[in-house]
Amino acid sequence: MNEAMIIAAKAIGAGLCMGIGAIGPAIGEGNAVGKALEGMARQPESAGNLRTNMILGCAVTETTGIYSLVIALLILFAL
Amino acid sequence: MDGIEVKGAQTLFQIGSIAITETIFSLIIVTLTLAIAGILLGRKLKKRPGMLQVLTEKGVSMLMNLVRDTMGEHNMNWVPYIGTIFLSSILGSLIGLTGFLRPTTADLAVVLTWAIMTSVIIWYQSIKRNGVWGWLKGFTDPIVVMTPMNVVSEIAQPVAMAFRHFGNVAGGSIITMIIYTALALASTALIGLLSSNWIMPGILAVLGIVLLIIGIRRKKMLRTVVAVLLLIIGATGIVTKLGLLGNVQIPVLQLGIPALLSLYFDLFSGFVQAFVFSLLSMVYIAGACPPPETQK
Repeated sequence: MNEAMIIAAKAIGAGLCMGIGAIGPAIGEGNAVGKALEGMARQPESAGNLRTNMILGCAVTETTGIYSLVIALLILFAL
Repeated sequence: MDGIEVKGAQTLFQIGSIAITETIFSLIIVTLTLAIAGILLGRKLKKRPGMLQVLTEKGVSMLMNLVRDTMGEHNMNWVPYIGTIFLSSILGSLIGLTGFLRPTTADLAVVLTWAIMTSVIIWYQSIKRNGVWGWLKGFTDPIVVMTPMNVVSEIAQPVAMAFRHFGNVAGGSIITMIIYTALALASTALIGLLSSNWIMPGILAVLGIVLLIIGIRRKKMLRTVVAVLLLIIGATGIVTKLGLLGNVQIPVLQLGIPALLSLYFDLFSGFVQAFVFSLLSMVYIAGACPPPETQK
């Protein structure tokens, strides 16, 4: 019983951690890509430069999401 | 978690007191491959290049253009470092495609080492330019109250870089493993359903043969692929029903689907992460090495 409770709590915790942690990066990356696409549509000649910077910005934005992924993995497999 | 096991790198064998883990083994293979490829490709360069030399020169000049665009002309001496990190990262991720070697970038130790190397380079450049006192004084920028924030952001930078790369690769491999296990369960259930009577696998097999004939005659790619899949599933059902395999069950659904996942997680994600890691290294190092005109 106790064991089952622990497993259930781990699953709920990891799910919450990943689910809530994914909100921020998703919104942020959506914003970044949307703005980059606007810029590309307006000035197609700067598309290459914009794409590089967009990938860089997305990667930096993604960091918080990756943190929550690491925490979720720790909860599931290491705790 | 029955059926799903997530383990770190396992120790393969020991040399003296040094444990050789799977990651170190893969890392040695990556290093040897890159070194041998570098020596072989850089040898016997001709004025009139052959096929291989043209490709090599194209790759090297792409890398140099990238560094020139990001870091400026005065930082071109960092091309070997950036190229090494990029190639080690991408080959370290791709080595997971072999199936039995563990990707080196799925280990925090490897990427943390690269990130700390980049940080040490930044600190060294900063100290070389401003002196130790000037470097320490930089932490109190813009006012003294901000010092703890600056120290934390200095420490967070390599940690964030390492965790980004590690989290992407390790998370991808764990998701692939979970789906792989789920597919095994699903195919067991499917075959159990199919082998309970004769009608279902028979219908599937006949449908597969009909579609296969139509697909080959009309040269429709999609129909042929669907037909082959139906035929495989139907045939497996019949074979299991006949009892030819005993208790062995073929996980039919594990054919093909994990390859698509691996295409995304290993190829695309590995390439993007290698690119992002080297791009961030370039941006940070370029920040520590401004152009000569503005140097005090």
